[in-house]
Amino acid sequence: MGNEGIGARVLRKEDKRFITGKGRYTDDITERGITHGVFVRSPHAHARITSIDTAKAASMPGVIGIVGGQELIDGGVGNLICGWMIHGKDGSPMKMAAYPAMDPAVVRHVGQPVVLVVAETKAQATDAAGEIEIVYEELPSITQLSKVLEPGAVEVHPETAPGNLICDWQLGDEAATEAAFASAAHVVELELEQNRLVPNAIEPRAAVASYDTGEDHYTLNTTSQNPHVARLVLSAFYNIAPEHKLRVIAPDVGGGFGSKIYIYPEEIVCLFASKKLGVPIKWVAERTESFMSDAHGRDHISKARLALDSDLKFTGLKVDTIANLGAYMSLFSSCVPTYLYATLLSGQYALPNIYANVKLVYSHTVPVDAYRGAGRPEAAFLIERIVEVAARKLGVSPVELRKKNYVRDFPYQTPVLMNYDPSDFITLMDKALAHIDIDGYAARKADSERRGKLRGIGYSSYIEACGIAPSQAVGSLGAGVGLWESAEVRVNPVGTIEVLTGSHSHGQSHETTFAQVVAQRFGLPIENVNIIHGDTDKVQFGMGTYGSRSGPVGLSAISKALDKVEAKAKKLAGHLMEADEKDIVIENGELKVAGTDKKIAWHEMTLGAYTAHNMPEGVEPGLVEKAFFDPINFSFPAGTFICELEVDPGTGVTEIVNFVAVDDFGTIINPMVVEGQVHGGIAQGIGQALLEGCYYDENGQLVTASFMDYCVPRADDLPSFAVDHIEVPTPNNPLGMKGCGEAGAIGAPAAVINALTDALGTEDISMPATPEKVWRAIQATRPAMAAE
Amino acid sequence: MYATNYQRATSLDDAVAKLNAAEDGKFLGGGQTLLATMKQRLAAPSAVVDLTKIPELKGIGVDGGTITIGAATTHAAVAGSKEIAAVLPALTGLAGSIGDPAVRNMGTIGGSLANNDPAADYPAAVMALNATIHTSKGSYSPEEFFTGLFETALDEDEIITKVVFPVPQKAGYEKFRNPASRYALCAVFAALTSDGPRIAVTGSGNEGVFRVSEMESALGSNWSADAVTGVTVSPDQMLSDMHGSAEYRASLVSVLAGRAVKKAG
Ligand SMILES: Cc1cc2nc3c(=O)[nH]c(=O)nc-3n(C[C@H](O)[C@H](O)[C@H](O)COP(=O)(O)OP(=O)(O)OC[C@H]3O[C@@H](n4cnc5c(N)ncnc54)[C@H](O)[C@@H]3O)c2cc1C
Repeated sequence: MGNEGIGARVLRKEDKRFITGKGRYTDDITERGITHGVFVRSPHAHARITSIDTAKAASMPGVIGIVGGQELIDGGVGNLICGWMIHGKDGSPMKMAAYPAMDPAVVRHVGQPVVLVVAETKAQATDAAGEIEIVYEELPSITQLSKVLEPGAVEVHPETAPGNLICDWQLGDEAATEAAFASAAHVVELELEQNRLVPNAIEPRAAVASYDTGEDHYTLNTTSQNPHVARLVLSAFYNIAPEHKLRVIAPDVGGGFGSKIYIYPEEIVCLFASKKLGVPIKWVAERTESFMSDAHGRDHISKARLALDSDLKFTGLKVDTIANLGAYMSLFSSCVPTYLYATLLSGQYALPNIYANVKLVYSHTVPVDAYRGAGRPEAAFLIERIVEVAARKLGVSPVELRKKNYVRDFPYQTPVLMNYDPSDFITLMDKALAHIDIDGYAARKADSERRGKLRGIGYSSYIEACGIAPSQAVGSLGAGVGLWESAEVRVNPVGTIEVLTGSHSHGQSHETTFAQVVAQRFGLPIENVNIIHGDTDKVQFGMGTYGSRSGPVGLSAISKALDKVEAKAKKLAGHLMEADEKDIVIENGELKVAGTDKKIAWHEMTLGAYTAHNMPEGVEPGLVEKAFFDPINFSFPAGTFICELEVDPGTGVTEIVNFVAVDDFGTIINPMVVEGQVHGGIAQGIGQALLEGCYYDENGQLVTASFMDYCVPRADDLPSFAVDHIEVPTPNNPLGMKGCGEAGAIGAPAAVINALTDALGTEDISMPATPEKVWRAIQATRPAMAAE
Repeated sequence: MYATNYQRATSLDDAVAKLNAAEDGKFLGGGQTLLATMKQRLAAPSAVVDLTKIPELKGIGVDGGTITIGAATTHAAVAGSKEIAAVLPALTGLAGSIGDPAVRNMGTIGGSLANNDPAADYPAAVMALNATIHTSKGSYSPEEFFTGLFETALDEDEIITKVVFPVPQKAGYEKFRNPASRYALCAVFAALTSDGPRIAVTGSGNEGVFRVSEMESALGSNWSADAVTGVTVSPDQMLSDMHGSAEYRASLVSVLAGRAVKKAG
């Protein structure tokens, strides 16, 4: 078969269709009689809707119908849900305000959908949308996170969440942590901002909704990372239709980064309207709509304190964070700044006492939810910044301070719930130091100085948690769903294999990597394996792809199903060759009797399973197996990143000149695919550090609503990354995989800001560290340089 | 985008006739500004009259001391012109810094100048080199032509036909890109012309492209980077937005002017 199994750098099977323009995205899907939907959105951050006059629009050419929020209520459409219940430190449940798909009375962020217009063409729908007259009574708004909790601040949901506080949540032992500070030899403090980010998947969100009157059945094609969850929620909470009357298909999807996990108002409204108006409806977001309606990411402000003893061992960490959830609580918004954040605050360190207090708050902004990394980038940034600052303040090398405090004995139980997988943090750091050529750094810095540039180096040793699990544990923490995965392996009579998985690929390369695992098992070429996903009519069930769970959880389910296939195949082969099934080995597409020259080809066995002319006693015909996998723990990828950069003091421009990432992802199926994931993640992490900032003005307007103002990283903003890894498999899943999809975005921001603050000689700079901010920092510290 | 009528003009007269016949017509160059505006429904001309196929608007000529560029010449054509590069590489470099390849393959010098975006590149070259802008009705010096943000001396039915650049002794262009849009946040064109040194700044002026006479006179006696980096411009005349405050832009003018002079050699 050549080397196409686990560990092989196989080119991607899916690229043929993607690079030849044959991908099939939601916008490529059409139906007889398709119509087009356009949403009228709120231009205000906060306003009461006085009246909506649709008369003129309704009579315009091509207009089929107009649907507003009141019709959704009258039609019994349920409010959107947040699927993770958390409780505050006083035991009270989070204060979740009603989140109607389209509120007919009040708007609470710019871009909130108010009315759907459906017409024969998109241009007609857009024309008509422009003629809908909505009278708003503008109300004061609040969008700046630092002001949300101030006494007397404007309230987003005064009845449900007075003072904008959703939940005052805590984790860890406060008294023990305070005691650690009381006896500390050194205390280091830092204030941090996690800038708000817009996910910006290359394919905007889209939906094609249709209703079949003959079957009383809905179909939704949509840009989803988890179509089964979408169907479940649409059915159980939004009352669109029971699950067996609703098919959700997520065809090719052009990126998600978390933003396509959630079930948004637009999909719900399109489904509802398709039945009400009796036409299939397509809606495709414009880029600016994406900016104003896709769930945003991050947006924290934090205060952190680190206690150290006289031997420079960390003894305590205390964190106070305010996390902005926007105007409504999105599907997983409550768990991101809590169970996906505070649980990772121990970083790679033996840190005996940790206490975190997180205040989750409302504001008049787009809802905030998981975005690549979801909680872990915020945790990694905090701990890796304060450790670097501690090293500088205490005059020790940041490398030595980290090494002194790394966890060395595994499994390691942190004081914040997590039980870490085995890894080797020292080796991760040492490899990264070798790649960056640390011994040559002093000479490189001197050379920069000769050229009038400021050079800096920064480190980040991150750890994160993937494959949120096990279901029982997350259930006890408030999750509304289980977080297992399912798989079905169908071996066809001719021996080719179809794998149906509940994971969903929207850039992750499952069609290749999942096929590699199957191919390895039976010694078959990957072209004989097809991966099927993203359709609730085809795949039994699935929890979808996010949190880097497709490898650790999705592939584990496949692996379990393969175990069952293998067992049955051996039984059949043993029977056909009159040998004991225990003596059968499967290699290179053949089933052999060990120690003899007896063998049959894989396809002979599979055909036998389907002709069923000669089956062992009591064995059913066919060769199809299913499995569900519920992990016994999270998996814990970790790594060390080192960033080296140069600042032009005249302009404040930062250029990243070297960037090294050494990760431990456990078992790697395809190094090329993993490197791609790391590259993309680092790009987004550098984007967060230097380029990407989402801003609202004092009137609550989103001022970064297009690529003219919101700066995503481009190739020329980035250096060539040096990416390497070690493989310490996790014992907690059959393949030993830890997950790699988010690591880059988690580890990179701290490495960049640590390098930048090293270059500048000040800790006082916020993300994104734009040229003007850097220039101002230089002005403040060394004005002479900034004038050259 | 609203529906519109596309019309292709074959000559200058034909273009003017078509424009005047339309209820609310607009000339169309490469469409890299106009079409984007129409797509956002910020403009809704009843007709667009395409100028790019008119023969007298095409072509590049380098002759003795001047460079002549037809108004419908694309940024890519200027960027790739060996003839221009031989005498004025600062100009090919400027054209090559505009947008991305798709923008450069469509966008034209005439469209860029007619639009007079305060963050556009060409106005800096035109101003610093004291180029002459020829139109269907006459010709303009840069000072006459650029009248304010997105404002020019052009009449509604007036067509830019060509731009004539005198070749300077030295020239350098230093562009600081807006990180998001990649337009000029601040850019300085420095030239030593037959009338002496000229420094033009784009991307930063609150009335569009402008000259810095103090820097020009400093360079008159001492053509060196040091002569200009010490000259400061007032933040009061600068644009200010989320990508760069007036103070930052004012500082960039001095820094970039020094680098532009250094590049010019
Ligand atoms: C993504 C992007 C990035 C860009 N980056 C830059 C940049 O970095 N620097 C920069 O300078 N520009 C930039 N631009 C703008 C680009 O240079 C445009 O090409 C230019 O501004 C307009 O030229 P056009 O030929 O496309 O004109 P059009 O868009 O067709 O027309 C613009 C205006 O000029 C008028 N017009 C066109 N031709 C003539 C003529 N011959 N006579 C009279 N009026 C005319 C039109 O009626 C219209 O009002 C960018 C554009 C895009 C889309």
